[in-house]
Amino acid sequence: MIRLIQSSQLRDFERRIMPHLDAAYSLARFLMRNDQDAEDVVQEACLRAFRFYETFRGENSRAWFLKIVRNTSFTALQRTRTNESDVVFDEELHSPETQTDVGVQLDRDLDRQTVRAAIEELPPEFREVITLRELEGCSYKEIADIANVPVGTVMSRLARARRQLYLILSKNYPDKTK
Amino acid sequence: MMSHREIEERIHPYVDGELDIVNAREVELHLSACEECRRLELRIRALSGALTASAPAYRAPAGLRKNVRGALRREAKPARQNWWLVFATGAACALLLLVFAISQMTRAPRNAIADEVVANHVRSLLATHLVDIASSNQHAVKPWFDGKVDFAPEVRDLAGNGFPLVGGRLDYLNGKTVVALVYERNKHPINLFIVPASTNRVSEPSALTRRGYNLIHWTRGEMDYWAVSDLNAEELRQFAAHFAP
Repeated sequence: MIRLIQSSQLRDFERRIMPHLDAAYSLARFLMRNDQDAEDVVQEACLRAFRFYETFRGENSRAWFLKIVRNTSFTALQRTRTNESDVVFDEELHSPETQTDVGVQLDRDLDRQTVRAAIEELPPEFREVITLRELEGCSYKEIADIANVPVGTVMSRLARARRQLYLILSKNYPDKTK
Repeated sequence: MMSHREIEERIHPYVDGELDIVNAREVELHLSACEECRRLELRIRALSGALTASAPAYRAPAGLRKNVRGALRREAKPARQNWWLVFATGAACALLLLVFAISQMTRAPRNAIADEVVANHVRSLLATHLVDIASSNQHAVKPWFDGKVDFAPEVRDLAGNGFPLVGGRLDYLNGKTVVALVYERNKHPINLFIVPASTNRVSEPSALTRRGYNLIHWTRGEMDYWAVSDLNAEELRQFAAHFAP
């Protein structure tokens, strides 16, 4: 009986949560910045999600799952973060001034590795918001739920993250920006 | 009318389609008039375009997918073990209950026999029918029972231990003809009833008290032994220890 409930729960979990495995891995990969850590985080997040699956009310399975992946990633990052420069995240500190002299075009042929490397240069909170908004197409409300911050913070963080990413991409390819 | 600064803050949500119609309309009006904000909008769109075109999102490796499924199945498995645990606990409880019930059932006749042993002991003293064969010699007492009971009782001479043999007699216990050996300790008679046991299980001497008499019961060599006396419990225990060392 218990076994039946458990196996039907496992089937339900696989049907509703596992389709988001790519999104989960992508988020973890950008946050952790290497394959092995990302795999470890996703595996751990999956088990945590399965254990807490009873608490999932069926509203938004992607946001629910990504929140667990995100929290697992940040916990893992905090363990290794002490020897990184960005110990404490400061919204203002990580916010370069708008430079009006940069162009309004980026090379549309930017290759995948260049863009990935550029995203990885951002602090974790910016990597998170860029991944969720630009790659996963999450709404501000979803991002606020996942990152556990107010929508207003999502808005300002996204603005700064985009500005910084744009600068990195245009600096790397100064000859390709108008 | 919103300031330029306020409008600027709304350009990201405007591009992302996060503004309501009224605010979106206001941003649109501003954009058509403000070159700086127009450039910001273009950069946002250029960045989104570049990100979309290069498709930097990662895909979960096949190995990870497989590992996760395996881990989930292992995680779901303890429930099955719990299920077996529940079953095993239930079975163990049932078994305990059964053992308890059987011990209760076997205890009842044992109690009845203990009462009968005491009654026999008392009767043997009252009716001056303590022994059918009076002898302190075990080699005289033991053969006397031949043909009278369908088993050969063990008869021991315990005079050296301070429990001289007085004799033996036939008695009835639990509807069967049984052997009663009589020993003595400082004028206190001891009746030792020897009954073929219903099982060949061995049980160590256990003491009981009935109506002021001390009893010791043990089972050995397919025989049930019941020693009964007005002797104190400790000396009766010594007697049992000497008879069945």
